[in-house]
Amino acid sequence: MTAADPHPAARRAVEAVCRIESARLIAGLVRIVRDVGTAEDLAQDALVIALETWPRTGVPPNPGAWLMSTARHRAVDELRRRYRYRDKLAELGRGLAAQQDTAGHAMDAAIDDHIGDDLLRLVFITCHPVLTTPSRVALTLRLLGGLTTTEIARGFLATEPAVAQRIARAKQTLATKRVAFEIPTPDQMGQRLASVLEVIYLIFNEGYSATAGADWMRPALCDEALRLGRVLAGLMPDEPEVHGLLSLMELQASRLPARTGPSGQPILLTDQDRGRWDRLLIRRGLAALARAEALANTFGPYALQAAIAACHARAATPQQTDWGRITALYQVLAYVWPSPIVELNRAVAVGMAVGPAEALSLVDALRAQGSLDTYPHLPAVRGDLLTKLGRHAEARDEFTQAAKLTRNDSERSLFLAQAQTSD
Amino acid sequence: MRYLVIGKGVQPDGPPPAGLLDAIMKLGADATKAGALLDTGGLAPGTAARLQVSDGRLDVTDGPFTEAKEWISYAIYQVRTKEEAVEWTSRFLQIHRDLWPGWEGEVEVLQMFGPGDHAPSA
Repeated sequence: MTAADPHPAARRAVEAVCRIESARLIAGLVRIVRDVGTAEDLAQDALVIALETWPRTGVPPNPGAWLMSTARHRAVDELRRRYRYRDKLAELGRGLAAQQDTAGHAMDAAIDDHIGDDLLRLVFITCHPVLTTPSRVALTLRLLGGLTTTEIARGFLATEPAVAQRIARAKQTLATKRVAFEIPTPDQMGQRLASVLEVIYLIFNEGYSATAGADWMRPALCDEALRLGRVLAGLMPDEPEVHGLLSLMELQASRLPARTGPSGQPILLTDQDRGRWDRLLIRRGLAALARAEALANTFGPYALQAAIAACHARAATPQQTDWGRITALYQVLAYVWPSPIVELNRAVAVGMAVGPAEALSLVDALRAQGSLDTYPHLPAVRGDLLTKLGRHAEARDEFTQAAKLTRNDSERSLFLAQAQTSD
Repeated sequence: MRYLVIGKGVQPDGPPPAGLLDAIMKLGADATKAGALLDTGGLAPGTAARLQVSDGRLDVTDGPFTEAKEWISYAIYQVRTKEEAVEWTSRFLQIHRDLWPGWEGEVEVLQMFGPGDHAPSA
């Protein structure tokens, strides 16, 4: 937006329309050209044409259809060019009529309204297991989130060339491995869906772990993950874990306004001003959890974590928290998703439901395993339990150790403050 | 950024035209599936009560003040720019303009402070 831009407001309005339509446009084009890179280029061309045209002519009544038809014309040209090239290589000398037929066919198929299926296919492509996890994250944000390379780089504290290269490589991998642009078959679905959910939750956590005062793009990743979760819930309304993940994110995001103090210091869950929790997100989170519950007899790992978050959301004060239920939910979670971090959280819940001594023996057993040796929250939890047991000198050592291990500045200040009050 | 959109309108005489409700429902579903629409609802026509402070006096006037053919509704959108909220609202109003000749209304788009309320890029 330079000073020469004669219609800045119109341009912003057009950009908003493009942002709303972008993912659907790319998804529709992927079906026609069967190549993510080509589809993105075609979509980009159509959006550029729209940005040049609409500020003068006004936004057409059905902007999505306009963009699709503009991109489709380019797609047909592209297909013709590609078929001609292939024919030349093979020296088959087939007639132009046959090529036109192929291109025309693809165009007809594109007219069909498959928006939902197209988007879902694109979700499974950008989160495909042939890609590395960072590539899945970057490609998902680029194609489904419509984020620029600059925005992704800022969100993940990476350099722009690194992100650009990651995205280019991901597209290349999808092309060379000839990844099928189909919705996974039922027997693949479990693994493929797990990858999609993992990518979205990774994006959410990247934003959630950002400290206050960090580049605004980092916390904005929470919004983007939530949006993707809501989109996915619309695309796969019968998958309980999709609603489970959405519920978990809505409930965690509901605490965002309360989890940092005025100077950006983290505020622990039990110390948060619950009046600042976002009631709309809590309501949405509980509704999503109810949908997950209605769809499945047993909870998956995301719905279980959401059910735990819901216990906190339902409690008006920390004292009213149903720690017994939380302990039971952690027990199930530890069974379906064994992890030392889940076990540590279970210990915290046991500490609240039963008592610090019982919890301490669980934490000590964990510590003996050694798998959390570099995890700052292990000594922090231990320090908290020791404080409650009146063993202040030991508690201080634990908080000091936690401060040494964390890489987050505001968390370090919190642990050091806890170490001091333990004296 | 989160926006509260509140609209008031006057409906022409007669029942709503065929297709209006379907078009509204479809737009609502689209906006929900796009992850933009968080909440929406119709409000009962008429004002239930009016409260006012002026000249140091607090007055409560009990309603209802029913205005014939009044339409009121609200929507809450979570979007990245103000323009996106305006675009969804425009689509809602376009449906009314195109399908129900004589329909008139006014909508306000208000930014809410919320967890997604981050400063725009410089």
